[in-house]
Amino acid sequence: MKPTATKLFAAALACAGALAANASLAQAIKVAQVLELSGGGTTAGTMYRNGVKLAMNEINAAGGIMGRKVEVSEMDTQSQPAVAKAMTIKAIDDGVSAIFGPVFSGSILVSMTESQKASIPNFTGGEAANLTAQGNPFLFRSSFNQAMGMPKVANYLANDLKVKSVAVVFINNDFGKGGRDAIIKELGARNIKVAADISADPGQVDFSSTVLRAKQANADAVFAYLNEEESARLLRELRKQGYDKPIVGETTIMGAKVIELAGSAANGVRGHVGLTAEAPTASIQAFAQKFEKEFKTKSDHNGIKGYFSAYVYKAAVEKAKSTDGKAVAAALKNSCFSAKQFPGVLMDVCFDDKGDIDRESFLVEVKEGKQIVTATLPPLTKR
Amino acid sequence: MTDFFQLLISGIATGSIYAMAALGFTLLWQAAGTINFAQGEFVMLPAFAMLIGIAAGLPLWLAFVVAVAISVLVLGAGFKRLVVDPMRGSGVVAVVVATLGLSIGLKSFVKAGYSAEPHPFPSVFSEEVFKLAGVTISYSDVGALVFAGLMVLGLQMLLNKTITGRAMQAVAQNTFAAEALGINVKRMILYTFGINAILVAVTALLITPTYLAKFDMGDNIGLKAFFAAIIGGFNNSRGALLGGVLVGVLENLAGAYLTPSYKDGVALVLFLAVILVKPDGLLGTPQERKV
Repeated sequence: MKPTATKLFAAALACAGALAANASLAQAIKVAQVLELSGGGTTAGTMYRNGVKLAMNEINAAGGIMGRKVEVSEMDTQSQPAVAKAMTIKAIDDGVSAIFGPVFSGSILVSMTESQKASIPNFTGGEAANLTAQGNPFLFRSSFNQAMGMPKVANYLANDLKVKSVAVVFINNDFGKGGRDAIIKELGARNIKVAADISADPGQVDFSSTVLRAKQANADAVFAYLNEEESARLLRELRKQGYDKPIVGETTIMGAKVIELAGSAANGVRGHVGLTAEAPTASIQAFAQKFEKEFKTKSDHNGIKGYFSAYVYKAAVEKAKSTDGKAVAAALKNSCFSAKQFPGVLMDVCFDDKGDIDRESFLVEVKEGKQIVTATLPPLTKR
Repeated sequence: MTDFFQLLISGIATGSIYAMAALGFTLLWQAAGTINFAQGEFVMLPAFAMLIGIAAGLPLWLAFVVAVAISVLVLGAGFKRLVVDPMRGSGVVAVVVATLGLSIGLKSFVKAGYSAEPHPFPSVFSEEVFKLAGVTISYSDVGALVFAGLMVLGLQMLLNKTITGRAMQAVAQNTFAAEALGINVKRMILYTFGINAILVAVTALLITPTYLAKFDMGDNIGLKAFFAAIIGGFNNSRGALLGGVLVGVLENLAGAYLTPSYKDGVALVLFLAVILVKPDGLLGTPQERKV
């Protein structure tokens, strides 16, 4: 029987379809970095970007994710929430399977509604407590929620430093306000008086009056919760005005970039960090060396967050055996990833049903321009 | 009371740095009818020039000397020849627009070459502090105050006590009369641009340890200097000094006794008040316009 023209055409279409399907299987996985690459959050955004970049280069060099290469695009939020939202929409229009960033809490709070609508997993370095409280099933943190980090700082203030009063200096954005609310609540629970509650503006360059107000409060210690540049300027001014009481912070103020910018003024600062390149963990030490070799600068916690996010995405895709956003999100919720099984995640980590994470953390002090880990704290919840 | 004195000293130190940048505004206006809205970026560029010098192994003082030389060449003579001179005759607005464009261009140029991240900058003075009558004073504040004071004093002496300075003032007051008196007007204008280039390099040296070297570090200093120049009187160099110190001190006092959030608004409020009450500035004189 001779094949008719119609049958031939149908067969050709079927072949073309099969070929297209094969081709799409081998297609690269598109992901986007929507980060603060200019503006007030440049330091945080650039570190995070470099962390993701390093991880994705390694992943691609090792064959990609499920045999597919990862294509990473970068978009600058200019540290502005409105731009972050626009860039997230652009990334979704480009057909990405995952979004990394923004880091700033105020930006992710606005942009994550778009990734949620598109059912795309969105990793963030934001720490504001209200982020995961929004009930977005596609949002995943790469660092502690402030509500988890601040109790550790308050314990340190109460039990180790035995302070009775604290002057709180915070940055007036979502990150700072969230941290300020969380620490004041925790200090109150431990009967530590808040002697002064001082806000600083994003981009503020002169901290002389801020420091003077903190000094006037005559508290036993200062708790500072600001972004990197402002932290460095505050430390310089505290030293310039001869402040000699403990300066305590949570993660940012003891970061590598702050130490670099503040110079000797950072010495003596102490507190709690969720992530540090100085952690006494072989995997983190190896990461820190690779990062420094690649980017000629030390990684801070944001660099680790980026690296971790990329590898945790890989682990989730492999677990879900799909890049489908819903499947990847389901693979992350209420799941733990061990560093032994997934070395790129660097430390054993667990996600809860809200996208918050839990893992070990550290108490540190800055000595001679270097972060020194003084204690390793266990995860809050054992699984 | 000790707090007040501490705020006063620190405010005068910061204000004297604003004053130097403001002085540049007034000098260029008087000598060449130029309002330079890239003045903040003119402060930023020598800071990066010094960073490059330091990265190349030069000590800070030598990097500063090199930065001053580059600044005089590029931000003085180069700016005059390539931007201001071709615009002369097109009116003030054309020059303003050109300097606004230059400001954006310079920022983009540095951002592309040196990233948008802030960079640490060494302090030329010791970071130690000492106590005087209960007031904690830093050597860096004293250093900035003395350095800026000497610069302004030297400039005043140059303008008032030397023939060149008087010739420069004559050019500022009336170009045609100065030319008729045999003064080399072009050279005097070039000197003014050169002085501005030195002022911005010194400002960069003093302010960058606090501001940190960043492509947009000039935004704040440029704006404050502009307000200071208007407050003091755009056509009076002593006015720039007064305006700078006023802004520095009042910012500090408002930050400490009201709230730090109002601090950046102080210059703007003062600026508006002066514009409404004395439009020529505190020490400025009314200027006649030819119709």
